[in-house]
Amino acid sequence: MVWFILRRAGSAVIVLFLASILIFLGIRALPGDPAVVMAGEEASPAMVEAIRHEFGLDKPLLAQYVDYVGQTLSGNLGRSTQDQLPVADILAERLPVTLELSALALLVAIVVGLGAGIVAAMKRGRLPDYVATGFGLAGLSVPHFWLGLLGILLFAVTLRWLPASGYVPFTQDPGQNLQRMILPALVLGTGFAAILMRQTRSAMLGALSADYVRTARSKGLSEAKVVGAHALRNSLTTVVTVLGLQLGALISGAVVTEQIFVIPGFGKLTVDAVLTRNYPVIQAVVLITVIGYVLVNLLVDIAYAFLNPRIRLSGGGHG
Amino acid sequence: MSLLEITDLTVDFDTEDGLVQAVRGISLELGEGEILALCGESGCGKSVTAMSVPRLLPPDTTRLSGSVKLDGRELTTLPESRMRQIRGKDVSVVFQEPMTSLNPSFTVGYQITEVLRRHEGLSRRAARDRAVELLELVGIPLPARRIKEYPHQLSGGMRQRVMIAIAVACSPRVLIADEPTTALDVTIQAGVLDVFRDLRDRLGTAVILITHDLGVVADIADRAVVMYAGRAVEQAPVTELFARPRHPYTLGLMNALPSAAVNGRLAEIPGMVPSPLTDPDECAFQARCTRAQDDCRRKRPQLEPQQPDDHLAACFHPGGQS
Repeated sequence: MVWFILRRAGSAVIVLFLASILIFLGIRALPGDPAVVMAGEEASPAMVEAIRHEFGLDKPLLAQYVDYVGQTLSGNLGRSTQDQLPVADILAERLPVTLELSALALLVAIVVGLGAGIVAAMKRGRLPDYVATGFGLAGLSVPHFWLGLLGILLFAVTLRWLPASGYVPFTQDPGQNLQRMILPALVLGTGFAAILMRQTRSAMLGALSADYVRTARSKGLSEAKVVGAHALRNSLTTVVTVLGLQLGALISGAVVTEQIFVIPGFGKLTVDAVLTRNYPVIQAVVLITVIGYVLVNLLVDIAYAFLNPRIRLSGGGHG
Repeated sequence: MSLLEITDLTVDFDTEDGLVQAVRGISLELGEGEILALCGESGCGKSVTAMSVPRLLPPDTTRLSGSVKLDGRELTTLPESRMRQIRGKDVSVVFQEPMTSLNPSFTVGYQITEVLRRHEGLSRRAARDRAVELLELVGIPLPARRIKEYPHQLSGGMRQRVMIAIAVACSPRVLIADEPTTALDVTIQAGVLDVFRDLRDRLGTAVILITHDLGVVADIADRAVVMYAGRAVEQAPVTELFARPRHPYTLGLMNALPSAAVNGRLAEIPGMVPSPLTDPDECAFQARCTRAQDDCRRKRPQLEPQQPDDHLAACFHPGGQS
């Protein structure tokens, strides 16, 4: 098991390394000379040269890359061109907001998606199944922005149950924070829940017709045990796969959702940075996203091993 | 009074093609410590008959009538919660597929202790000790190590033994074994059959052995019921059945057994099994039968005592009269 985790972690590091090269080269490949841009239009060639030297842009590409990696590892992600604040500080402020939003959305997705999927599979071909698959299809088809606007219209404008938008840090006022986060989390979690519901349903249908479930019934176990332990345990591999794949989509979903609800998170930071060509911030945002993906995939691989004794005991790859 | 009494059991399944008549009125008894073989080809209703005892047929599509009594207690009308107390405790099942009947995500030990904890209320530790004993009982070497392993680490024969250990964990009155040796190598088959014999001798467990393999029947069963198209066509103590098979179908099955002495093609039974959707008033076997006459096509023969009278056959023209 330890060996398995080490191997997976090792390949994750390699992916990160390759990604850092891509990010580095990607920024360098953008049109325009950053030194010229920074120096301004009226700068003399000598000033441009001075800036180029100051930022190390006259060094060979490889040396520049080594500098970049060294700086990044020591936590220096550069300064935002917009307000000259350190990018690391900006991330430290924005990232937790999005992590909270994503965690809540994930919670919604797991509770609703997993629950509805299990019930739909148990009541296959009957009313609860039709209701769940119907809502699942709707949840899958509805875009975030439309659902978000509809949610604001209903809960904030008509019913006046929740504030329409804005953000209050959790540390400042947990109640206010949750009140403002609940609607965005529901909106962000809906599509996720729908996908999870469908996958859980089909995995559970497969598991429920498996021979080992019949064995479990023949032991006289309660239906809760048959479904909750025997069938669900073998469906979790599918669920974890979907979770892993969709956590990436959660990031892009967060971009839209934060925009609608005016939440100062990672997604909104990304959009603003792109709109103002704030390269240091974009670079950092891409890097963080890559790290997020790699971490999630690592966790999924480890979860697989925990769920599937065949992987765990052989210490090998999938299979 | 018999341990298990099945009276006039019929089982139909709702399917898209209509009502499939899997079992068309069967009655049989099982005594304590008896090994009863239910034999016949695929689709003859032998598994369905046996699975209706612990009520393990899909509830949505199954229509069942008749009576199943265990120790005089009617099982067909028992509430599901009471039935769950009987499954795995008084009536347990060994399924046909050892490769897929164990849950791949749980250890062998867990899958055995689960049933002990459910019915015997044993503590975790006591259940564990008992699981080790059970594995030893079914002939698995190094049981203390095996209980920590997962099904994929065991061979097919080992898994079938684990299934049997689960089934006998709570010393059931009736053990239903559905083709328990079919998926196994011949060398392992004999060992598994020995386990059943041993259990019967030690615990007095009655066994319903579902099989299409007459060799297995001859080896282990006390009495056999031959089924065809949802009905019993012949029933007799095993030595008597093999000495004087009366029903032409039984005879056909015996002639279809491969034998080392005879070279060439196996004797097969010509024709096909009749449709399970319709049930005309005739002998279901007449279309394939060499002895069939007009009366076989006009009326269905009933199961009636022959000589000796514990030998029953449903045939107007029984053979093998001594």
